Amino acid sequence: MRQKMRALMLVAPLLIFVVVTFIVPILSMLFRSVENDIVPNTIPGTVVALTEWDGSTGQPPHEDVYRNLYIDLFKAEEAKQHTRLGTRLNYEQTGLSSMFRTTGRSLDDIGELWQDPLEDIDPNFEEGSFWFEMMSGTGGEGFLERRREMLALMSDEDMSGDVGFVPSADMIEMLPWTAQAYTDFAIWAAIRDEDTVSEEDPWESVYGALGMDLTNPDTVSAINSYGGPGASALQAAAANLDQLPQFGFREAFVEEDEDWGSAKVWATIKLYSPSLTPGYFLNSVDMTLTPDGIESKPDNQQVYTTLFTRTLIMALIITASCIVLGYPVAWLLANLPMRTASILMILVLLPFWTSLLVRTSAWKVLLQQQGVINEILVWLGFVNDADRLILMNNATGTVIAMTHILLPFMILPLYSVMKTIPPSYQRAAKSLGATNWTAFWRVYFPQSVPGIGAGSILVFILAIGYYITPEIVGGTDGVFISNRIAYHISSSLNWGLAAALGSILLVVVLGLYWCYDKIVGIDNVKLGG
Amino acid sequence: MQLIKTLTASTALLVVAGGSAFAQDMASDMTLVSWGGAYQNSQIKAYAEPYMANNPGVSITWDESSNEAVAKMRAMNEANNVTWDLVDVVAADAMRLCDEGLAMEIDANEVLAAAPDGTSAEDDFGDLLVSDCFIPQIVYSTTFGYREDMVPAGTPAPTDICALFDTETYPGMRSLEKRPINNMEWALLCDGVAKDEVYSVLETPEGQQQALDKLATIKDSVIWWSAGADTPQLLADGEVFMGSTYNGRLFSAIVEQDQPIAMLWDAQVFDLDGWIIPAGLPEDRLNRVLDFVKFATDTQRLADQAAYISYGPARFSSAPLVGKHADLGIDMAPHMPTDPANAKNTFLYNYEFWADYRDDIDAKFQAWLAQ
Repeated sequence: MRQKMRALMLVAPLLIFVVVTFIVPILSMLFRSVENDIVPNTIPGTVVALTEWDGSTGQPPHEDVYRNLYIDLFKAEEAKQHTRLGTRLNYEQTGLSSMFRTTGRSLDDIGELWQDPLEDIDPNFEEGSFWFEMMSGTGGEGFLERRREMLALMSDEDMSGDVGFVPSADMIEMLPWTAQAYTDFAIWAAIRDEDTVSEEDPWESVYGALGMDLTNPDTVSAINSYGGPGASALQAAAANLDQLPQFGFREAFVEEDEDWGSAKVWATIKLYSPSLTPGYFLNSVDMTLTPDGIESKPDNQQVYTTLFTRTLIMALIITASCIVLGYPVAWLLANLPMRTASILMILVLLPFWTSLLVRTSAWKVLLQQQGVINEILVWLGFVNDADRLILMNNATGTVIAMTHILLPFMILPLYSVMKTIPPSYQRAAKSLGATNWTAFWRVYFPQSVPGIGAGSILVFILAIGYYITPEIVGGTDGVFISNRIAYHISSSLNWGLAAALGSILLVVVLGLYWCYDKIVGIDNVKLGG
Repeated sequence: MQLIKTLTASTALLVVAGGSAFAQDMASDMTLVSWGGAYQNSQIKAYAEPYMANNPGVSITWDESSNEAVAKMRAMNEANNVTWDLVDVVAADAMRLCDEGLAMEIDANEVLAAAPDGTSAEDDFGDLLVSDCFIPQIVYSTTFGYREDMVPAGTPAPTDICALFDTETYPGMRSLEKRPINNMEWALLCDGVAKDEVYSVLETPEGQQQALDKLATIKDSVIWWSAGADTPQLLADGEVFMGSTYNGRLFSAIVEQDQPIAMLWDAQVFDLDGWIIPAGLPEDRLNRVLDFVKFATDTQRLADQAAYISYGPARFSSAPLVGKHADLGIDMAPHMPTDPANAKNTFLYNYEFWADYRDDIDAKFQAWLAQ
């Protein structure tokens, strides 16, 4: 026990280092493949309201959904989160990115449709201090904390601190929409902008929210019997409803972008509103999630399964050619006199000291149609000038360049295993009457198999994750799945999809490793000694 | 994070205490991010060196990461450790960074210098301020170059973009960028779609298929590139007859390296490159960056840059000041993509369209490539 502890203490520094710098980041990256918090966090009210909506009717959702959308989007726009949401949803339905961007720009205008007439009805509505007095009170502490939490989740910022405002329980009951919008505004003004709430003019969304409340007849009658702060202004507004816009928020949104009225758009939003989604994984196997269930993508968009199979097949070809080329070299290394062997060894190791990019670019010079190899072949007359060999920008180029780059990873384990095979065994076989070939094949080769196993695993796993070399010499049919992963990480920024593709690749490799263990046995792998 | 804040705060205090001569406290180091190569060199010569001469004691570090700036900025932001002060990106990336809230929104008139004649910065840059976060520097174009010596004898040199698809008249390989943007537009244009209808056609699945079908006619003769340097190399080695790339790359192959290549300006696609300031910089670093940006994007500095590279300055007021190449002494104006003789038929990169359709069309394009 004590010894185990001691051993654990000894490996602890390395273990902690690996966990913190390698395993944790990889796991958190892989988690992105199912994570979808951005939708429920950015438009929480809308997501809840949408659960009531039945998409199969083909009708756009109820006005309440649009009201929640307005309240949610307004604060998301303040935090510049609405465009991120648009980008996320654009992965699922083209066009949503610009829809969220342009709508975000006009949210103020929508609020002003209500703000201007309200201020005409009673100029008190222009005053930040008036609003503060009207909305303040007691009993709304729990409400404030809930809104604060939602804002923190939406903006991904710390929202703790003293707001200097508590909504009154009466207002929350009488004007529920207004209380939401004003509380959001108060928290944002106090914590994010570090202003005093009572001195700030409320957001346009607060006026829009009051407009929502005033459409409810119960609210109007409650206002008429209300006697607290701001009563006269509210009663004036309730008495002049005809001066307020006579349309709802659905019309206001559809006016900005007609797609807000499309049931298809809402179906997409609803489909992607849970905080975990299988969408990225389905995407990476050329499937897609639709309101009617899981469907396969149209033929002209299927690419990932092709790339996965191609990656596996080409990695196998590369491994095989590494064995064929590496085995004789390793044998020479192991059997030549020390002095010659070490010179040969330097040649094997030399590529390690050259940058990967330089090596790959050198292959470009050699392989291209006007390149060194073709020139020599044409000069020797083996190839006609008109039909020079196409050696790169296709799968051939990838196999050639990657075999060269990964060759040392095959030779080194082979060499260290062959070094341990006593030459006396082969001599013994021959003295017992075996031919050279039998002695090699029946005696020497079986002993070198662990080296082949180790080298193959190394080469195969490295090959499966390569992307720089295929990108440069692979053209279109010589690129791997890792090229798409790199593209989604650095260009399209669809990290969820990249994570899903990466997870699948990881699982496939682990699966192959398991098969290898079952068939060959992992004990049979030796890196040396 | 708290520790970093405390550290920066105390550094800022030290700077205030030590350098009370400055009206504002400004950091003395800046990390600028650019593309490397000739382009970054032109920025060093035209902006950074004069700025450092005016402000001794300021040191500038260059990071050649613009290619993956968006991904890196997102990662830095998630780690709450933004180490960059000013980032050079193409306009489409600036829009994405703005959308993601990673770049700071700026008020052009407040942050940027007015033109010498008093025209406000907003009017001087005009339509090129395509995003609230974007400070344009240059107009560049993606256009074609072709090998003059590979034009078949007796055939006139190509003057029309559709020579790209005419492999009978102009045999040989072509090189095109490995992405749908630009290629789809050119394909439709040469398939008989009118220029002002290209994007409305490309919005539809049928239009996208039409463009891919047109590209399929030359698919076997195309080498797809992903780095801007590929096409000049392929042209110089005679691997391809014609290829698309950035006009500045072709300029240096033709003029500086004297290769037998000629420009085909027809249907060139204008795009913009410029600065963005990362969101949430501490005040002292922000002050320094704003000071630098105001200087580096004024009328004279943008015109100076054109002496080192053949990209058009983004200000109207800079155009008349464009002079001669710094080393070769040739007039730069005729090599600018914006020169009237070159700009007879042009496209402007459609940012809104590609922001929406990029993922969708790219999926189809990649599937088509893999077939």
